Amino acid sequence: MSASSDVGFHAQRHARWHYGEAAFWLIVLACGFVFPSRYLIMTDILRLALFAMSLDLILGYAGIVSLGHAAFFGVGAYAAGLLALHGVINEPVLALIAAGLAAMVLGFATSFLVIRGVDLTRLMVTLGIALLLEALAERFSNITGGTDGLQGIEMQPILGQIPFDMFGKAGFFYSLAVLFVLFLLARRIVHSPFGLSLRAIKNNPLRAAAIGIPVNRRLIAIYTLAAFYAGIAGALFTQTTAIASLDVFAFDRSADLMLVLVIGGAGYLYGGLIGAVIFRMLQEVFSTITPQYWQFWIGLVLVVIVLVGRQRLHYGVLFLPNLLIKQIAGRKAVVTVPESDA
Amino acid sequence: MTSILTNLFDGVAYGMLLFVLACGLAVTLGLMNFVNLAHGAFAMAGGYVCMLLVNQHGWPFFAALPLAFGSSAVIGIVLERTLYRHLYARSHLDQVLFTIGLTFMSVAAVDYIQGSSRVFINLPAALQGQFDVFGVGIGRYRLMIIVICGLLTIGLQMVLAKTRFGSRLRAAVDDPRAASGLGINVPQVFAFTFAFGCGLAGLGGALSAEILGLDPYFPLKFMIYFLIVVTVGGSSSITGPFLASLLLGIGDVAGKYYVPKMGPFVIYTMMIVILIWRPNGLFGRTAAR
Repeated sequence: MSASSDVGFHAQRHARWHYGEAAFWLIVLACGFVFPSRYLIMTDILRLALFAMSLDLILGYAGIVSLGHAAFFGVGAYAAGLLALHGVINEPVLALIAAGLAAMVLGFATSFLVIRGVDLTRLMVTLGIALLLEALAERFSNITGGTDGLQGIEMQPILGQIPFDMFGKAGFFYSLAVLFVLFLLARRIVHSPFGLSLRAIKNNPLRAAAIGIPVNRRLIAIYTLAAFYAGIAGALFTQTTAIASLDVFAFDRSADLMLVLVIGGAGYLYGGLIGAVIFRMLQEVFSTITPQYWQFWIGLVLVVIVLVGRQRLHYGVLFLPNLLIKQIAGRKAVVTVPESDA
Repeated sequence: MTSILTNLFDGVAYGMLLFVLACGLAVTLGLMNFVNLAHGAFAMAGGYVCMLLVNQHGWPFFAALPLAFGSSAVIGIVLERTLYRHLYARSHLDQVLFTIGLTFMSVAAVDYIQGSSRVFINLPAALQGQFDVFGVGIGRYRLMIIVICGLLTIGLQMVLAKTRFGSRLRAAVDDPRAASGLGINVPQVFAFTFAFGCGLAGLGGALSAEILGLDPYFPLKFMIYFLIVVTVGGSSSITGPFLASLLLGIGDVAGKYYVPKMGPFVIYTMMIVILIWRPNGLFGRTAAR
């Protein structure tokens, strides 16, 4: 077998669907039927998962560290809110796509700033863009509603058929469908030659350029795509909660998002989904112990994760499942987190 | 005309304050290439120590300032020796996550202990009010800040340029590997500088309570300002961050006065433009590592 077909073989085998993945999505779907009283928090988790998946695309696959990913979330949120409020596009799915595209345009425009410079410059520029947008939203309060946020958003039925109900059932399945479709797309993309070239860039940009990968163009493309995903997540936020306020741009949101991805592990798409579940549960637990000061414990989790080491932590968590698989199925463990330092 | 001068004066005071707050961060970034987003937490610690001493124990303001410096420096060196030093070799992402975690913890802890409202330090009467010089209003407190921070800056520059420690530090910033090859104990130089930088931040925090406002969210609110000073000023010298602070201070005060509607807009735009134009800072050289 020649080297190139060998690589192709492994890439294809890696890209194939596993039973575990199907089981994962079935469990998620089942949650919708098992916990009918928890639609609101579950919708929240789905939104966060989508948002985290967006960060995973640039951080886990392309190695771009961003402290201002909330910028795109916020643009998506306000776009969806304004579209619904002024009745420009009443149909939620179309409005969702429009909002995603709005964030995408911003992502494309700012990607040129982000591909320049090293980590620190990227951190500063992404953070700066998010802060800039927050200041803008506050400044143009006649459009955005300022600190009060957009109020009185009324969502039309999805596809003209399914209305949003007050228990959030429609919102939950709507979010789930959006998340799943976008997940399929992301999965296809990261296993394509394009996705593989991103990994090459992440591991060594210089070498990637040397073997003929157009590094900057690839980074611009994935950053734009990630912005689209984040915009959709923001739009889902507005559509399912019927609010959009200034805190969609807040720094905390970007910081929390990093924590979500770090908990779940970056670079295999499921990290954001798993991380979102664990993060929200942690947040629930902490805010029942100390309602006002849960941020302290979130901070502590971050510090501990970093000190223990992200890789070691995931190895520890996966030790038991891998052992079981080894014993029961008698083959080499398949559950691994393909993580390398971003 | 006089309003321009008054604004200029206020801007200079503001800028000098930012410099004292942020110059520790310049060393952290320049010397160890460590992204310390928790720098503001040390400033906040100093501010709160000063506030407690002055307001609750009746210390004179000027006696409490050295203690604000000392307490932040001690916290700094303890954290450096126990936690920070494990992270120097890690990726920037790890450093960012770790220091954001620390910042969140400090915010919640101070909120828990002192409450979330803004605190004020009782100033001696001699520092309140303002006087006129040729029609230009000069705030006494701001004048004091300029004097203190100006002396500190000159002192720092002297230490860096004239003393043996200063040349060690400069060597270590320029090229840590070559410096350690020449027998300079780089970790020790760094630990000391880190503590000193934290102390300066603490002092800055105490001084800034009156001007910037001191509340538990201080580290988050001013994080971007410290980062701007360092990234725009570069970390290869002390003059770069100093000029950047002055520019930022004057720009921010003038921006808020002349185009109040644009708010913090001016600053962020300025920062992004400068970073695009010169990714290594306005006065910086290319990073050693």
